Amino acid sequence: MAMEINGELHANAPRPGQCLRTFLREEGMLGVKKGCDGGDCGACTVHVDGEPVHSCIYPAVRADGRSVTTIEGLAGTVPGQEGLHPVQQQFLDAQGFQCGFCSAGMIMTAATFSEEQKQDLPRNLKGNLCRCTGYRAIEDAVLGRDGGGCSHPADAACALDPEPGAQSGPRAAGADTPAPAAPAVVTGTARYTLDVPAEQLPGLLHLKLARSPHAHARIRAIDTSAALAVPGVVAVFTHRDAPAQLFSTAQHELYTDDPDDTRVLDDVVRFKGQRVAAVVAGTVAAAEAGVRALKVDYEVLPAVFAPEAALAPGAPLLHADKPAASRIAAPERNIVAEVHTEIGDVAAALAAADVVHEQTYTTQRVQHVALETHAAIAWTEPDGTLTVRSSTQVPFLVRRSLARIFDLPAGQVRVTAGRVGGGFGGKQEVLTEDIVALAALKLGRPVQLELTRSEQFRATTTRHPFSIRVRAGARRDGTLAALAVEVTANTGAYGNHGPGVMFHGCGESIAVYRCPAKKVDARSVYTNTVPAGAFRGYGLSQMIFAVESALDELARRLDLDPLEFKRRNMVGDGDAMLSLHAEPEADVHYGSYGLDQCVELVRTALERGRERGADGRELGPDWLIGEGTALSMIDTVPPRGHFAHSIIALVPEGYRLDVGTAEFGNGTTTVHTQLAAEALGTSPAAVQVRQSDTALTEHDSGAFGSTGTVVAGKATLLAAQELAALLRSFASEVSGVPAEQCVPSEAGVDCAGNLLDFGRLAAAAAERGTQLAAEGRWGGTPRSVAFNVHGFRVAVHSGTGELAILQSVQAADAGVVVNPRQCRGQIEGGIAQALGAALYEEVLIDDGGTVTTDILRQYHIPTFADVPRSEVYFARTSDSLGPLGAKSMSESPFNPVAPALANALRDATGIRFSTLPLARDRIYLALKAAGRVPEPLSLVASEAEQVRGCVDVPAV
Amino acid sequence: MDLNTIEAVVPTADPARWRPGDAWLAGGTVLFSYGSDTLRRLLDLGRAGWEPVTVSDDGIDLAATCTIATLYRLPDSPGLAGRWPALELVRPCCDSFVASFKIWNMSTVGGNICTSLPAGPMTSLCAGLDGVAAILSPDGTRRALPVAQLVTGDGSNVLEPGELLRSIRLPAHALAARTAFRRLSLSNLGRSGVLLIGRLDAGGGFVLTVTASTKRPVQLRFGAAAAPGPRDLAEALDAAIEPALYHDDIHGLPAWRRDMTYRLAEEIRAELLSERSA
Repeated sequence: MAMEINGELHANAPRPGQCLRTFLREEGMLGVKKGCDGGDCGACTVHVDGEPVHSCIYPAVRADGRSVTTIEGLAGTVPGQEGLHPVQQQFLDAQGFQCGFCSAGMIMTAATFSEEQKQDLPRNLKGNLCRCTGYRAIEDAVLGRDGGGCSHPADAACALDPEPGAQSGPRAAGADTPAPAAPAVVTGTARYTLDVPAEQLPGLLHLKLARSPHAHARIRAIDTSAALAVPGVVAVFTHRDAPAQLFSTAQHELYTDDPDDTRVLDDVVRFKGQRVAAVVAGTVAAAEAGVRALKVDYEVLPAVFAPEAALAPGAPLLHADKPAASRIAAPERNIVAEVHTEIGDVAAALAAADVVHEQTYTTQRVQHVALETHAAIAWTEPDGTLTVRSSTQVPFLVRRSLARIFDLPAGQVRVTAGRVGGGFGGKQEVLTEDIVALAALKLGRPVQLELTRSEQFRATTTRHPFSIRVRAGARRDGTLAALAVEVTANTGAYGNHGPGVMFHGCGESIAVYRCPAKKVDARSVYTNTVPAGAFRGYGLSQMIFAVESALDELARRLDLDPLEFKRRNMVGDGDAMLSLHAEPEADVHYGSYGLDQCVELVRTALERGRERGADGRELGPDWLIGEGTALSMIDTVPPRGHFAHSIIALVPEGYRLDVGTAEFGNGTTTVHTQLAAEALGTSPAAVQVRQSDTALTEHDSGAFGSTGTVVAGKATLLAAQELAALLRSFASEVSGVPAEQCVPSEAGVDCAGNLLDFGRLAAAAAERGTQLAAEGRWGGTPRSVAFNVHGFRVAVHSGTGELAILQSVQAADAGVVVNPRQCRGQIEGGIAQALGAALYEEVLIDDGGTVTTDILRQYHIPTFADVPRSEVYFARTSDSLGPLGAKSMSESPFNPVAPALANALRDATGIRFSTLPLARDRIYLALKAAGRVPEPLSLVASEAEQVRGCVDVPAV
Repeated sequence: MDLNTIEAVVPTADPARWRPGDAWLAGGTVLFSYGSDTLRRLLDLGRAGWEPVTVSDDGIDLAATCTIATLYRLPDSPGLAGRWPALELVRPCCDSFVASFKIWNMSTVGGNICTSLPAGPMTSLCAGLDGVAAILSPDGTRRALPVAQLVTGDGSNVLEPGELLRSIRLPAHALAARTAFRRLSLSNLGRSGVLLIGRLDAGGGFVLTVTASTKRPVQLRFGAAAAPGPRDLAEALDAAIEPALYHDDIHGLPAWRRDMTYRLAEEIRAELLSERSA
C-alpha cells in the first residue's frame, strides 16, 4: 500500500473503512477541510490522478497506487511555477473568501476548470458551498477579476465612488486592504481549530458524546462497564462526574443576562440529542464503539414540542427544578423570559385608525451552517493551567464560564481560537469547551471533540422560531397610528440566548418607526426541542419580517407606495427611538444618520432597473412581476457594556498589535491593521496582529453584536493613537528634532526629513529600557445605529410557484467604510444567507422531537446557482462615535431581506405570505388557493373542443 | 466520513462471498456519505473489471459500476446519438443529480438505483427507457427485473440481502424513441421534486415515467391506438397514483408534487403527441 501525496510517496496504509479526507489529514495535509463529511460541501476537494473528488466520500483504500494532490501541493503541479498556482493567485487578488474554510476546496475545484466549465459556474461550482461570501467574490476569483470597487451599475453612484477632485493618495482606511491571512488561506496553511500538527499534541485523546434518544427523560442509571471494556477507551464521564454548577451556554459580557439552566452533563435530558455521557478514547473509532456500548436506563417523561402546548395549563415543565438564582422568568409556565410594555394607548389608536392590519407572522428554525463545525481541544499545562483551543467567537467569555463551571481562578484558564471557520452567532456559546475541559482536567491528557455536521443540526443551536401577531393601524393621510406585537419565541430545551433575542428582536424593529401607540407582549418559551441560540440579527430578522410585512400591507390598503409610506413614518435624524420603553435608551445616539439616503438609493436603483429592462418584460404571460422593499435599523453595539482591550507595540519589523477579538471571516483583523496604520501613518502590512488568546490581552467581550470594528476597533485605534503620540516624543528625544516635526510614517518616524526606522527606534528603546507600546480600551458605550434597506424585483411563475429574482439591491449606512471590498462582501454574504432563510432553509422536527433535516442534502443552503448578484450601495455618513466614523455592518445586511422578498411576492401575486420560508411549493399552493393558477392552454383548448362547456376539468 | 466499524475491504464481485454485515462498495459515495455503525466488511466492486458500457444491436448494457462521468460522455460516442435519439435523456438526467460533477467521477449508475431515493436520476433514466436490471444472487442464480419495479419506495427496493445489481439493459426500442424530459426543484439545480420522462416509441406507443414526485417510479403506457388526450392522461394519473404515493419531504410538499406531476405530464403529452393529434 502506498500512495503519492503531493509528489511524495506515503507508505502508511489507511484503515479499511477510512475515507481519504481523514487519511490525508493524518498524513499532515491539514489544508483538507471537513465541512460536512458527506460529499455535499466540497471543502475537502482534492485531486486523485488529476481528477477532482470529494475526499470525504472517497474510500482511502482506493487511492492505493494513485497520485493525490491537495491544496498544499497544488502549486507544484504547474511545471516551472514559483509560489502560487494561478488560481490561488486569483483568489488572493480578488479576496475570494471570508472565513476561508471553503477556499481550499474552491481552489482545488476551480483549478480543474476548462474554459467551457468557467462559462457555467452555477453548475460547476454547485458542489462547493460557501456560507460567507454570497459567491460574488468567488466568481470574481475564479474568472480572474480583481473583485474590487463598487458593485452597482455604471449609471449609478454611491458613497464609495471617488468624490470629484478628491485626493487619490493611498490611505489606510477606506482602501481595499487584503486580509492579512489571505496568503495562508489560499495555500491551505491557515490554521483553524483542529489544524494542530499531531506532534504538538502527543497523547491526544478523542471524545464522543452519547446523546439522548428521548425528548424528555430522567436518567436512572448508566452502565459504563461494557464501554470501558472497549479497547482504546480511557474513560467515560456521566452526570456523576459533572460539576453541579448551573450555567448558560449563551455567552454575554454579563453572565446574568442568560438563565443558568444547563449542566455539563445532566441527569435529566430535555431534547433528543442532548449529551448523556462522554466517552474518551485513543481513537475516534474506539470512542464511537464506547458510545455504542453504553447502557442507559431512562425514565421517559412527557414532552412538549410547540410553545402553545408548553404554555397550556398542565403542560410538562422543563425547568421546574431550577432555583430562583437561575433567573428563569416563570419555570412553572415554561417561560424563560417575558416583557409587556405599552407606549400610548394602542386600543384607542387602533379604533381610530382608518385601516388596520392584523396578521400572525411565523418564522422557522434555521441553522447557521458555519462551514467549520464546533470543535475544541483541551489540555493542562505543566503549571496546571487549563488551556482550551476552540472554534469560538468569544474566547474571553469562554474562559470566564469555564472558570465558573469548574471553580478555577480565571488565571488558571487560557482559551485561544485559531482562525475560525464561520460563526454567525452559533459560536457565541459554550457547546464543546466545557466537556473537553472536564475530560482534560480529569485525565491530564489533551482531549479533542469535533462535532459532526449532523450533531450541528441535532444538538447545537438554531435561530429562534418566532410567532408574531401584529396589529397595525394607519390613518388615511399615511400616518402610522398604532403598532402592537404579540411575540412567542421558541427557545427550545434551554434558555441560552432566549431573553436577549426576545428583547433585542422587539427593539430596533419597532423603534425605527415614529408611532404614538406601541405595544409589545413577548415571551420566550421552553419546549423539548433542540435549543435556539444567537443567530445573525439576534431576533431582529424575525421581528423585521413581521413589522416590515405589516407596514407594507397597510400602505397597500391605503393605496400608497409602501416605501414612501415607510419613509414618512420612519425615524428622522434626532427622533426618539422607542420600543420597549417610553424613554429612549440613554446611550443610543444617531452617531450618524443615513436611513433617508438608503431609502433613496434603493428607490432609484429599482427605478433604474426598470429602465434597464430588468422588469421581466421578456418573460411569458405565466410570470407575475412585483417589487418589494424593507428597511431595518440596528444598534451598533449590544447593550450593558461590551469591552475590548488592545495592545500595540513597536517591534523591529513594524508594529505588533494584540487584540482580543476573534477572526471568523468578518474581516475584523484587516480593519484593525487599517485603523492602526491610519493612526500611525503607515501601511496595514506593517501591522502584525495576534489575537483571540486570553493570554495576550486583558479582556474582550467577543466578536458578536457586530462589534469587531466599532468596539474592538475603537480600542485599537485609541491604542495606536496613543502610541503615535509616544513615538513622536520618543523620536524627538532620540533625534533632537522638535516633536511637532516628528511624524510617524511608512517605515518608522520621519524627523524633519530624517527617517528613524522601526529597527532604530526599537534599538533605541531597548537601550533606554523604554517600552514603545500603548494600550487602548473601549467599553462599548455610547452606541450608534446603522441602517440597511433592501429592494427586490421578482418574477413568480403562476403555474409552478418558481420565484426568480430579477433585481436585488441593498443600501447600507455603515458610516465611513473602512474597507469597501470587505464591507461589500459582508453585505453580499448577509443577503445570500438571508435568501436561504427566506426561500427554503428549515430545520424540521418531527412529532417525536427528532431533527429530520440533519445533513446538507436535506438542509439546502444557497449554492452558487441560487444567489443572484446584488447591487450594493453605501450612504455617505460619518459616525461621531465609531472609529474613524465607521459603524457596524455584519449582522444587519441579513435583516431586511426576507420581508423585502415577501413584499415583492405580495406585489406580484396579491397574496400576503406570512410564513417563512417562501418556498416554491408553498407559493404555488397559495396561488392555487387564491385561484391564480392558470390552466395549461392545451388542456383548456382541447377540453373546450371535446367536452364543449363541461366545467368538470381536472384542476392542474 | 470514516466507516469505523469496517474491518476489511474484500475485492470481489461474487455474491456467494456475501455474509451479514457486508455491503457492496461501488463508488462509495452513498456509503461514505451516510456512514454506518453496523457494517463489518465492504465487498469492493472497484476491481470487478466490468466493461462500463456495452453497445449491441439490442441496446446498451450499463454495468452497475459505470460511473456517472462515463455515462455523461456516452452521447459523444461516434454515431450513437444519431442511432438512438433517446440518449438525449442522459445529460439532463445526469444534471439532475444534486451532487456536483466531481461526485460523478466516483458515483455509479448501479449505486444510485440501489440507493432507491425517489429523486434518484439514474432510476428515472433507466426506468424511463424500460431498463431491465440483471441481479445476481448469493445462491448463484440470476434474475432480471425492470428498473421501474426494482425501486419500491423511499430508500427501499426488491433486492434481497447479498443480491448484487450487475447491469442494466436499455433496450433498442426505447433508445430509438422520441423522448421528452421535465423536471422541477425547489431550488435552482437542487434536488428533483418532480422528474418526468415521456417516450414516444416507433410503433406509436406512449410511455410516461413519473419519478421524484412519487415514492417509487410510476409508469403509464398507452398503445398507439389509444394516444391520450389531456383528460385521458389526467385520469390515468388519477388511477395510477394514489395520494399517499406522492413523496413528502423537505424537497416538496405532496400537494405541489402532485399538481406539478399533472402539469409536466401534460406538457410532455403535448410535446410528443401534438403532431399526431393535429
